[in-house]
Parts: sequence; structure tokens; C-alpha cells
Amino acid sequence: MTSLYDEVQAAPAAGVEVRRITVNVNGTDRTVDVEPRLLLAHLLRQALQLTGTHSGCDTSGCGACTVLMDGRPVKSCTVLAVQANGREVETVEGLATASELHPIQEGFKEEHGLQCGFCTPGMMISAKALLERNPDPTEDEVRWALSGNLCRCTGYQNIVKSVLWAAKKMREQNQEA
Amino acid sequence: MYPSRFSYDAPTSVEEAVAILDQNGGEAKVLAGGQSLIPMLKLRFASPARVVDINGIPGLEYHSIDADGTLRIGALCRHEDLEFSTILGNFPTLAQAASLVADPIVRTRGTFVGSLCHADPQGDWSATMIALGGKIIAQGPNGRREIAASDFVLGPFVNALAFNEIAVEATVPPAKGKALGGYLKLERRVGDFATASVAVALDVDGDVVTRAGCALAGVGGRTIDANDAISVLVGKTLNEESIKEAAEAVAAAAEPRTDHRGSSSYKRHIVETFVTRILSNIANSEQKAA
Repeated sequence: MTSLYDEVQAAPAAGVEVRRITVNVNGTDRTVDVEPRLLLAHLLRQALQLTGTHSGCDTSGCGACTVLMDGRPVKSCTVLAVQANGREVETVEGLATASELHPIQEGFKEEHGLQCGFCTPGMMISAKALLERNPDPTEDEVRWALSGNLCRCTGYQNIVKSVLWAAKKMREQNQEA
Repeated sequence: MYPSRFSYDAPTSVEEAVAILDQNGGEAKVLAGGQSLIPMLKLRFASPARVVDINGIPGLEYHSIDADGTLRIGALCRHEDLEFSTILGNFPTLAQAASLVADPIVRTRGTFVGSLCHADPQGDWSATMIALGGKIIAQGPNGRREIAASDFVLGPFVNALAFNEIAVEATVPPAKGKALGGYLKLERRVGDFATASVAVALDVDGDVVTRAGCALAGVGGRTIDANDAISVLVGKTLNEESIKEAAEAVAAAAEPRTDHRGSSSYKRHIVETFVTRILSNIANSEQKAA
């Protein structure tokens, strides 16, 4: 299958506009040539091989492809790659360090927050945005913040528990620090 | 899904953006939050030759209140900015609608003014703006003009802007007296299109209604302007009788169609129930405050 990115890479057809963009992805500047119509989700998954960001519905409905752009959650299938030029993007790959999981990832492990795992990266990114704004959310606030992310296993109960677990752990870490 | 090919511009001033639109004779499309346009590009419902991204234009993110109480919302004010705003105390209709627009991830990106321009018959903001008697400020090659919200939507996905105009701001006038209102929306799940939604905005002097505004989304081929219907409240106080009369009048103005979200009569019933609920809530909380 030929991807759009492959088409762009292999000498674009005459007259096809290509833009050079630099996006800071998980702390590293990445410079790529893209067609303006390339979506951020495809830039991440195909050009940068960061397949942790999942493409779920492709119609802007499911939230699986959620990433942080300048700290705010966005559906990466609903942002053009050129719009990320000069901005900071954080994907699920940016959560863990080489030695340890992020508390949100730990929470999903401890509370069995995933079944098939497909929606998990988007859930974790939305959770990260929530906890940065509100370190001590109620269960209702967690449900509200995750209401743009669909889980087709319908495992919401444990996802909510996982986020609350992570919130507690992160508050404890902040107190120690 | 990939959009069709398009050329991309990222102007840094409104004047520059307008000039690009003007030079491209209707083949260029403005991209603000993109939460409706990009899905439409992907589905190829839209395939403009040029996309003019206004996100790089500084100074359009604001929402602020003038000395006279007029609310001004810039073209790049995101839904989320209004959801977490602390200055909408005199605009309860807007404040209540803000957290019901789409879903939280769309709200970080999508814009108030963009939603008005998209003119979706199910759009929340168009309904609130019609109920509040708001205006849209359009900027074109020959300067700016004001368009009343009730004249802005011409039909489904059709707005009153010329091809070389950009909606740069929306304004909402201050209430004469006390501003009361509400917004209710029935949706099957978060982010779905509304089965029915109702925006109500009242100006009240003492306990007498001096202005009543209402608009409906999801129950017609365009946003339904129910301002005439709810004007039965003007000069009256809110009581069981006047609320019933208003709710029936507004429900009669709806033009719902039977579809997978419900039957026509069900949707009309929802409208009547929502108007009653909003007005009763207002009456109850005013009574408590008194």
C-alpha cells in the first residue's frame, strides 16, 4: 500500500506543494517535508514511525489519536501536520522514561485500565491533560474529561479507576518532592 | 482518509488573509479550529484549492467585555476558553452551552466564530447567538461590516459571508436589566449531533421580562429562530401559566424531522420540555434569590 507520505517522499508530482516543517516531538526537533494535506496523525505514525498514536475512526469521532500540542489535547487526525510547525507535540511514547513508567501508565497497569488497548494511548494523553490542570479530580471530573475518548470494549470503569490511581500517585510524588 | 490536494497559506494578518481570499475568487477556504473543516476535507465533502490557515494571526484569541457590557469574542477564541471563562457571569446562556459543545478534545481546538461560520443546523453556538441577538463582524477588502446572527445563517452550511470576507469577531450586547437564560441539549452520547437543543436568553427588569430570545438546534434544516415565539413572555413575569404558553409557542416553531435520533413528535416534545425546564429553573432560582 502506498501511503501519502511515501508519495511525498518519492519525488512529488510536478506542481505538488511541499512544506518543510520542524515539530518538536517528545522533546526532539524533527524536520520533515510534507504535503499540506498530510494529517498530524499520519506524520507521527508514518513519517516518524511513532505508532503509539492510534488511528481509530479516522472521522474525528473516537479520540484514539489524541496527542498533546503545546500541552493541550488535540485529535491528531483533525490537525494538519503543517499546523504543528514550530509547536511541541507529545505522544504516548513521551510518557515513560527508559527506566520507569509514567504514573498514568502505572495506573492503567494496576487498575487493569485496558482490555484490547486500542483506545489506551488517547485515554492516557487526555488523562495527562486533565491531571496537569486538575491534580485532584473527582470521578465525575475524570469521566467528563475523558468523554471525547471512546472505548469500544466499554471498559470505562477501570479506565476511570486508573486515572484516579495515577492522580493519587502523582500528588504523593509532588508532596515528596 | 486523506484530503484532496490543496495549497496552504498561513498569513499573519487579517488583511493578508483577506487579500488571499480575494485573489482566489471563492476557491479558498478559511481554516480556524478545523474541527468541522478538516473532517469535511477528509470525507471530501469539501475540496478547496487553497486553505488559508488563520491560526498564525496574532490577537484573535480573546474574549472580553467592553465598559458598556458588550461581550466580544475573537475569531480564534476556542470553545474551551469559554468553558473555563470566569467573565461570562452576565451571559448564562453562553456559559451553559460552552461545556456541551462537541467533546473536550474538540473544545481545545474548535472556535466559537468558526462554529458560527460552519452554519450547521445542529450547531450549539448559532442557537445561542440568535437567542442573544448577537452580531458577527466580517472583514473584507473594503473594511468591516456587522451581520445580525439571525441573518448570518442562510441555510444548512451556508453563511452570509462573501467569498473574500472573514468573520473576525462575534459580539453579544449586554442585557437591559438582569441577564437570565439557559441552554439544554439532548444528545445520545457526548460528541454526537444534538437530537434537540434549546437556547433561551431573557432580559428581566425586577421580575418582568423585557426581552426574550430563543433559538433551537437539531430540529430543522437550519437553526430555528424562535425569538418571535418566545416573545409572548415580554411584559410578563415567569409563572406556570406564562411558562406553559411560551413552551408551547416555541415547540410550535420547531421543524423537526423523524430520523434515527427520534420521531418528529418526540423532538417537538423535547423542545417543549426543555423550554419549560429552562424557564422553571430561572423562576426557581430567582425566587430563592429574592
